[in-house]
Amino acid sequence: MTRILSKNIWTLGLAALLAVLLVITKLIQPDFGVSGLDSLGRAALPFALASLGMAVVVIAGGIDLSLASMMAVTSVTAATLMDGASDGQSVLVVLFVLLLGAAMGTVNGTLVVVSRVPDIVVTLSMLFVWQGTALLILNAPGGAAAPWLRALSVGGVTLPFVPEALTVWLPKSVVFLFVCLAVVWLPIRRSKLGLMFYAVGSDALAAFRSGVPVGRTKIAAYAVTGLFAALGGIAVTMSTGIGEPIPGPYLLAAVAAVVLGGVVLGGGRGGLIGPVLAVFILRLVRMDLTLMSVDPNVTTIVEGSIMVVVVMFGGVVAMRGRRT
Amino acid sequence: MSSTEIPVTRRLTRLMAENPLIPLILLLLALVLVLEIMQPGIVSPFWIGNTIKVAIPLAMLAACQTLTMLTGGIDLSAGTVATITAFVMATLAPLLGVPEAVVIGLACAVLAGAVNGFGIAICRVHPLIMSLGTGLIANGCLLVYQRYVIATGTIIPDTLVWLGTGRSFGIPNGLVVFIPFAALLIWGQKRTGFGRLLYAVGSNEPATRLSGVRSWQVYFALYTLSGLIAGLTGLILIGLVKTPSLSLALRLDLPSVAAAVVGGTSIFGGRGGYGGTIVGALILTVLTTMLTLLHMPEGARGILFGLIILAVTALYIRLTEKG
Repeated sequence: MTRILSKNIWTLGLAALLAVLLVITKLIQPDFGVSGLDSLGRAALPFALASLGMAVVVIAGGIDLSLASMMAVTSVTAATLMDGASDGQSVLVVLFVLLLGAAMGTVNGTLVVVSRVPDIVVTLSMLFVWQGTALLILNAPGGAAAPWLRALSVGGVTLPFVPEALTVWLPKSVVFLFVCLAVVWLPIRRSKLGLMFYAVGSDALAAFRSGVPVGRTKIAAYAVTGLFAALGGIAVTMSTGIGEPIPGPYLLAAVAAVVLGGVVLGGGRGGLIGPVLAVFILRLVRMDLTLMSVDPNVTTIVEGSIMVVVVMFGGVVAMRGRRT
Repeated sequence: MSSTEIPVTRRLTRLMAENPLIPLILLLLALVLVLEIMQPGIVSPFWIGNTIKVAIPLAMLAACQTLTMLTGGIDLSAGTVATITAFVMATLAPLLGVPEAVVIGLACAVLAGAVNGFGIAICRVHPLIMSLGTGLIANGCLLVYQRYVIATGTIIPDTLVWLGTGRSFGIPNGLVVFIPFAALLIWGQKRTGFGRLLYAVGSNEPATRLSGVRSWQVYFALYTLSGLIAGLTGLILIGLVKTPSLSLALRLDLPSVAAAVVGGTSIFGGRGGYGGTIVGALILTVLTTMLTLLHMPEGARGILFGLIILAVTALYIRLTEKG
């Protein structure tokens, strides 16, 4: 029991922090309720999916700076193809876009492995490439999202046999997020592939000597990141109803959430729940400050400070731990 | 076996591996040649002056990246810090006078650098995260400052405009600052204790610690210096652009990393130098001109830009590894 506790202490701390913040929000704004949770979930969804993507590749010892640009590519592709499509066609479009995301990730990963150039440099160049691709597909914001897709993230969940009063509190966007997480990550985490991600991330040489195909594992990690980026791009289109060719602020936010969520840059340690919690914490802080009618620019300062202070604190704690 | 029997190709690769600047300069010349073929008559003394003028701020900002990369770090706040110095200077100049405004602007830059240094050196935060966070905070501060600044208008001192845009005898005036700056860095990186410490810490930190180096002092000094350089870049850049804006140097952030990388500085530390970075910045500037001349849609230009950076870096690693 204590072992499980100490192993997940960071995640548990984040969860506690999130709970405290929710209580504070309720105190600041007594009206905070179903609609507040719903808008929080919707605002956090693209950020959370971006952070999941970043977390996977960081765990495997890489980093993907082209994440936000890949989201832009998938967002415009989805919006362009869905414009005027029927419901059935739009399902195919979603599947195609997911494949596209995984394919872009595979390209990134293959380039990292084949060119032997550091990950940061490769994905920095690919940032320009994917950004250009998005602009070629759609020059200005436009396109449309299928109505069923838009409905997927609005409002609470309704389940059969469960009274609505219970389920209405759970925003559909949060459910959507956890379904994505469960469908994509759980099978990987439970299989050999997940173990290989962690092995390559913590020590690529040791993993290679134990017979892990390091190159192929890295490519797979980048492909999963691309898949999450595609989900993120769809989430952007889902919440705005259009495709946006200019990448949003997702890259820096994703790196911040990943580090805050307890995933170690350099790889091999951390999970995917932590980053998701971190995203919700950062969004909730932003929302609270808006509720208190603080200048939105001050909000940026607070966000940056939280990130830096928490990471500094983590660093100091880690040093203490090593000394004793 | 005498040296004449060594195949020419092998001697050539060894030469390139030992002098990594040679392939870079060759590449730069090749790009200029391609440009001349694409549009005959474009390469003139005026054009060369213009290219240098545009490349100077990029090369200076890339100095932050080069120095921090030598220790295995990176400074993603450089663009923001440059913007802040320029903006603060331009808005305070009508109130306080130009010299005071310049000093305050640079003080902001040094402060931001020192915050980076504190986090990276003392709290051991990963440089990527720390400089990212400092950049976010600094940008927020800039936005807040911009709202409270009294609407007195802005002044861009003539000296800075002279430095940023002017030319004497066809040679851009920016070189008056840049040549001593570059000479100091190139001399300093190999000939001073601090410069050698950067390489030492970057190639093997535990070893330097065991040799009695207090690496936190190196990091702290380095990131503070990087902040100062970013501030200076901001001053030169505002002389070139001539309008203070809130996103003045932000668009140079990623290209500055690219310039250092193309110039052969290893992102893992311990290898590279500022000489390569200068050539890298020139290569990127010529490349941008070339892509603009191609009359392609903006998207296609972005794609080509990314692919060329990647190809150059991959090729460069192959060339220099063989030695």
